[in-house]
Amino acid sequence: MTEVLAADGRPLKASLNRALRRQKLRALALIAPLLIFILVSFVMPIADMLFRSVENEIVSDTLPRTVKALEGWDSSSGEAPGEAVFNALYTDMALATEYKSHTRLGSRLNYELTGVSSLFRKSGRRVKRFDTDVYADAFRDADPAYADPGQWAAWMSDDTVRAAVPVTAATYDAWAKMIVEVDNDDPAKEEPWDFVYTALYNEAVAGASLPVAVDVSGVEPVSLRDQFVEVDKDWLDIDVWQTIKIYAPKYTNGYFLNSVDLLKGPDGAEARPESERIYVVLFIRTMIMSLSIMGMCVLLGYPIAWLLANLRDRTANLLMILVLLPFWTSLLVRTSAWKVLLQQQGVINDVLVWIGLVADDGRLQLINNQTGTIIAMTHILLPFMILPLYSVMKTIPPSYLRAAKSLGATDWTAFWRVYFPQSVPGIGAGCILVFILSIGYYITPELVGGTKGVFISNRIAYHISSSLNWGLAAALGSILLAVVLLLYWVYDKIVGIDNVKLGG
Amino acid sequence: MVEEKSAFVAFERVQKSYDGENLVVKDLNLSMPKGEFLTMLGPSGSGKTTCLMMLAGFETATHGDILLDGVSINNIPPHKRGIGMVFQNYALFPHMTVAENLSFPLEVRKIGKSEREEKVKRALDMVQMGDFAGRRPAQLSGGQQQRIALSRALVFEPELVLMDEPLGALDKQLRETLQFEITNLAHELGITTVYVTHDQTEALTMSDRVAVFDDGRIQQLAAPDELYEKPQNSFVAQFIGENNTLDGVVQEIKGDTCIVKLDSGDIIDAVPVNVTKVGERTRVSIRPERVEFNRERLHDDAHTLKAEVLEFIYMGDIFRTRLRVAGTDEFVIKTRNAPDQARLKPGQMIEIGWMPEDCRALDA
Repeated sequence: MTEVLAADGRPLKASLNRALRRQKLRALALIAPLLIFILVSFVMPIADMLFRSVENEIVSDTLPRTVKALEGWDSSSGEAPGEAVFNALYTDMALATEYKSHTRLGSRLNYELTGVSSLFRKSGRRVKRFDTDVYADAFRDADPAYADPGQWAAWMSDDTVRAAVPVTAATYDAWAKMIVEVDNDDPAKEEPWDFVYTALYNEAVAGASLPVAVDVSGVEPVSLRDQFVEVDKDWLDIDVWQTIKIYAPKYTNGYFLNSVDLLKGPDGAEARPESERIYVVLFIRTMIMSLSIMGMCVLLGYPIAWLLANLRDRTANLLMILVLLPFWTSLLVRTSAWKVLLQQQGVINDVLVWIGLVADDGRLQLINNQTGTIIAMTHILLPFMILPLYSVMKTIPPSYLRAAKSLGATDWTAFWRVYFPQSVPGIGAGCILVFILSIGYYITPELVGGTKGVFISNRIAYHISSSLNWGLAAALGSILLAVVLLLYWVYDKIVGIDNVKLGG
Repeated sequence: MVEEKSAFVAFERVQKSYDGENLVVKDLNLSMPKGEFLTMLGPSGSGKTTCLMMLAGFETATHGDILLDGVSINNIPPHKRGIGMVFQNYALFPHMTVAENLSFPLEVRKIGKSEREEKVKRALDMVQMGDFAGRRPAQLSGGQQQRIALSRALVFEPELVLMDEPLGALDKQLRETLQFEITNLAHELGITTVYVTHDQTEALTMSDRVAVFDDGRIQQLAAPDELYEKPQNSFVAQFIGENNTLDGVVQEIKGDTCIVKLDSGDIIDAVPVNVTKVGERTRVSIRPERVEFNRERLHDDAHTLKAEVLEFIYMGDIFRTRLRVAGTDEFVIKTRNAPDQARLKPGQMIEIGWMPEDCRALDA
């Protein structure tokens, strides 16, 4: 086939592509601000949240040596780890204290085991005053070269020395890095700290050849295990070590297990004690309440939408304004208004007592429980049901109902067999909107929900702003996202997403 | 009236008002025998659709009685009237297949499944749509949808079928085919049909009788030929077909003819239709195809008018010639394109006349 040429002799395809490319670029440029905005403010935070829900680098970053040493420890032995692990912990802790990362790690592990936070704080304060200074003194006394920072720096850049005392070399490097980063000093002018000498001592005792041969065998070894236990007996607690070991990997499913009331044990997931289970109940409650709110919205919204779609324009417009009125007031104001209305000494109870439906001493509990949340949220989310319903109903010509009646159907049959099926797309759209909005709702349940009427989102907010357990908040959020996506998928399978209409 | 006793459908002094101030239908009287195909024709807003809706039961009459087979149906809800109806936009239920649409009226009448299927099949075959039972309305063309709407209105065998501008949305050719099919079907099945349209050709070709509506009243109720040839007033004359009008004063009435003096001073013969006395102002109406300019074909004593040819339009089967006659430039004559037919030239002076019975003196 011969190639078709454009008027200027170029291949027609190339010309067309060039012409279209400009169009595409222009279109892209037009949506670029929105695209960037969405990327930055929506896609990235969600990705970050998903990442945070499994991310757990803090343990292995803060206690790299301890984590490594713990690999050899068997948690089922019933014994706390031995000297080697405490040696590693000493170095890690001494460094972490300078970086001030030990408190962060303490809070992180405290989510899993209460008490770890104070244990780490306490140990961080004391780790500098451990009795290991005897090692440093012994080396300095044996040969002044060990007191010379410059000499240390020279040794540590000598490969034969490094090969002879590898642990000391690595420890020195970590120390030197810390000196530069935290203290902004030159390691070549600073005498190494005790933990470097401790490493050197340990290697010397083990028979390594020192850069300057000295005999330190006469020095009484200091048990770091005892030092730590002296700070806090909890260091002998197997649970502490187990927790560290379980959360040692860079990525963990611990947050997710936590979100579904499970516990990450040494042998995988375990059930949490009954008294500590809250999230599954909360998830189920969130679902059930969202479904109830959705159902209430359908029941209340359908007739209003029908009226809106069938009244004369003037009246319909007025009604529409009433429907949209809630949007014009602040969410907080509306929710507070519900507090006024629903409380036991509130307007609704007063009226009920006044007309004698309810005894004065039997006033209804309408707020700070699930009833309150459902009432207030139904009111707040009702427009989201009415609007899609209305816009779908508006497109159903009245002649369908007339046709059905002329064919012999009663009012009810005509409605149920002819009108209702055609309004289902609107119901679908409204339900999806209301359900998804309510499942993640926060302010209203917080204000009127009391303890029984709160949603999972309130718990997420608590973990984000109060307990600062962002990993757990992220895991809960991810589960919520997954549930919504799952329900969306189920809805698509049953009703079909093509059947959702927001209008036209 | 004796006739009303045998009437199948009757409107008796029916009035309708929506706002309590204006009457949309004013004092409507109409009776239809069984099996008749009656068309309500009129411009929009003339009240014809309102009448149909009152008959179907979707609007209530403000005053008066609507009788079906001798029984007042004013208080019978639409679904109990048993009247088939075809809507302007077809109103086929979009969420049901064609077969389900047809089955619907049978289901609500609690007819058994096998009988239902048989009736649906018969109704579909009746409109040659037997192969489309499983389709959705959206998958059909306009004409096919119209056929389904028609068979749905007929499937439960109503004795009365109402059609509200059912062919309005179709193209001309399809419309003509369906006009023919609908009338044939209606006559074959012997159903009484009330058909609403604003298309006068449709009304004339399909109906046994046509009721011309204007201003909430029936202006004339007559068979198509009578309606066309003998309009009762100038509205009907104007509304049905093309028409030439000339204004003047009645000068003399003798029996079934009268002499009218036009405003230009010319004298013409006419049939007095709704003029009663000499000196009354009148508007005479002459159909373009009844105007004769060949002197030999006119009566010897016929009055003639001088005319100047302004325009000659060749339209294929006919010629349309615009003339200046008695002070108006809009006088049109139509002549058949026959081999011996004269082709007039602009500027030519001719003499025109007509049979007195073709020229009707109507209200001014």
